[in-house]
Amino acid sequence: MARITIDPITRIEGHLRIDVDVEGGRVKKAWSSGQMFRGVELILQGRDPRDAWTITQRICGVCTTVHAIASVRAVENALQLEVPLNAQYIRNLIILAHAVHDHIVHFYHLSALDWVDVTSALKADPDKTASLAESLSSWKLNGKHEMKAVQERLKNFVGGGQLGIFTNGYWGHPAMKLSPEVNLLATAHYLQALEIQRKANKIVSILGSKTPHIQNLAVGGVANAIATDSQSVLTVERLMAVKGWIDELADFVKNVYLIDVAAVGAFYADWTKYGKGVTNYLCVPDIPMDTKGTQFALPGGYIEGGDISKFKPIKGFNDEYWAKGVEESVKHSWYDYDEKKPLHPYAGETKPNYTDFQADGKYSWLKSPTFYGKVAQVGPLANVLCMYAAGHEPTRKYATLALDTVSSLAKTKVGIDALHSTIGRHAARAVRCAVMVDMLDEQWNALVTNIGKGDTKTFNRPVFPKGEQMGVGYHEAPRGVLSHWVVIDNGKIKNYQCVVPSTWNACPRNEKDEPGPYEASLLDNPIANPEQPLEVLRTIHSFDPCIACAIHLSDKENDQVVTVKAV
Amino acid sequence: MKTVVLGIGNLIMQDEGVGVRVIEALERDHPMPAGVTLIDGGTSAMEMLDELSDLDHLIVVDAINAGKPPGTLVRIEGEEVPSFFRTRLSPHQIGLPDVLASLEFLGAQPKKMVILGVQPQTMELGMELTPLVAAQVPVLVDQVLAEI
Repeated sequence: MARITIDPITRIEGHLRIDVDVEGGRVKKAWSSGQMFRGVELILQGRDPRDAWTITQRICGVCTTVHAIASVRAVENALQLEVPLNAQYIRNLIILAHAVHDHIVHFYHLSALDWVDVTSALKADPDKTASLAESLSSWKLNGKHEMKAVQERLKNFVGGGQLGIFTNGYWGHPAMKLSPEVNLLATAHYLQALEIQRKANKIVSILGSKTPHIQNLAVGGVANAIATDSQSVLTVERLMAVKGWIDELADFVKNVYLIDVAAVGAFYADWTKYGKGVTNYLCVPDIPMDTKGTQFALPGGYIEGGDISKFKPIKGFNDEYWAKGVEESVKHSWYDYDEKKPLHPYAGETKPNYTDFQADGKYSWLKSPTFYGKVAQVGPLANVLCMYAAGHEPTRKYATLALDTVSSLAKTKVGIDALHSTIGRHAARAVRCAVMVDMLDEQWNALVTNIGKGDTKTFNRPVFPKGEQMGVGYHEAPRGVLSHWVVIDNGKIKNYQCVVPSTWNACPRNEKDEPGPYEASLLDNPIANPEQPLEVLRTIHSFDPCIACAIHLSDKENDQVVTVKAV
Repeated sequence: MKTVVLGIGNLIMQDEGVGVRVIEALERDHPMPAGVTLIDGGTSAMEMLDELSDLDHLIVVDAINAGKPPGTLVRIEGEEVPSFFRTRLSPHQIGLPDVLASLEFLGAQPKKMVILGVQPQTMELGMELTPLVAAQVPVLVDQVLAEI
């Protein structure tokens, strides 16, 4: 038995350590450990609830807007405050554009290098690459001149001794299976994705007044003034620019991203057998279509044991089935609760108790959340399976399209069961992204139609009554269910707890010592070379790890800038 | 001339947020000339790619762990910049270097770059800078103004 430790494993913010026991080339046991303490909850106590969102969006550099959204929803829920339709639509557009941005960047820039060998692309035949690409999709930038230009650029880049952004790749690893042509195609799309992701960010920037930290939110609505005849506010001209970017994003997501993921899935069909892990799936409905948060464009709910016929919906911001189901355990986390049992977030405590890494005891700064006592996987896979189960037509359409493309490339029938896997999580993210770009268009139309009716209202002023109110704000974020839980006392925050997606997925063992989704997904993963555990990275990266928000603060051990060795 | 002054750091980790505090001070007290953009980058990364493309000059303000006494000013430029990111003196170990590497791959990297920083004292939980680091904010503001 060999123990491998990978620290940190994230390519983006945060500090995640994974330990695996390997025997006979397979993972036998795994531990997921968040290596930084989070304490934003402590900062928020005693503050004005209207300010919480500006602070919570500083939790993480990648997920700024999602914490802002969850925070205003939590306070609005506590006050039972309605949100004007325009504000819902503007928020929805920001949410969707952010998600599309996040998914594109995750696949191409943060995880594709687990599957794509960029150096192999130098050996590709650009003509063959172009004919392969053109057989898969009608995307305008798949021609042979494009492929030649990309290969030239790559030659100059690598030839100049600068691997730069590609430095951390496992080039030539035995688990790399794509042909040089597919590698070149993926590299071309990697570059194109760098360009296209800017458009999604421009939408967030125009509607949110600024990126990366949006400025336009308010408890009770948004601060965007709507006028059809002024330059300083949300004008027809700006709305038309947004529409143009939506169309460009839709073209890329449907004709490039979705197809590429299907192709990678087909060439790595083995990876539909690994990475399954926890098959209880939780997501929440999002994209509210009324002022009260009872109607949603995208459904959400809970699936137990991977059986989509047993889908149970979550219905609105006041849904009790949702709000009563969540608890967090700290049995294996570096915290203490006054009583040794899981706590509901409203009663949540943040009392650090660091013990060093104890494989059978406490070993993570993450708490361990459960839904009705069960560990649950969250994220695009949970979202897609729940929407599929709820009969959401666009989800069914794009899921079918992706699976049919995989089936035809792999020359074997691949069904929805294949999604319960490492590669399935990537496929689900692409399917979700396609659903989201269509939804961007719908929300844009809804906003323009509503303004056309003469409605320019964007804000309802919050009033804080005396006494105590409690509320939860949830949001189906790019990495899954995000919820902020607030207790307000006489207009000030008394308690605040964030239960973030990566806490659900990267959590340590729970009160019943059951492993979390990351830990469970690694069991039986193959490991070709313990010195280069690429396979572990593949499975963990498929969740889109970002635990800056799950845990945030300097390393407790040496209390200074954390020095890390790159993986 | 296209110049960006980019403050990076996390406001909820005390001295870690000094770069953003400098941007806030610049926004409050100093109107910028045409062609100069101030960005509060927080701890984000690829979201900034668009605004950091094809710059003549990029001025980064950040907390820098140079192993010096707290409050010590640090200036990194020219050939030191790449090794600054390689050795990861900045707490933003992954975000900004990835953006710069992507810009390089796109052929859109800044023509000139300087990093102005200060040695943090503490990065514990909190919204306030420590007095030693706070005292350097006006100095960093002046350094930025001299740079643009």
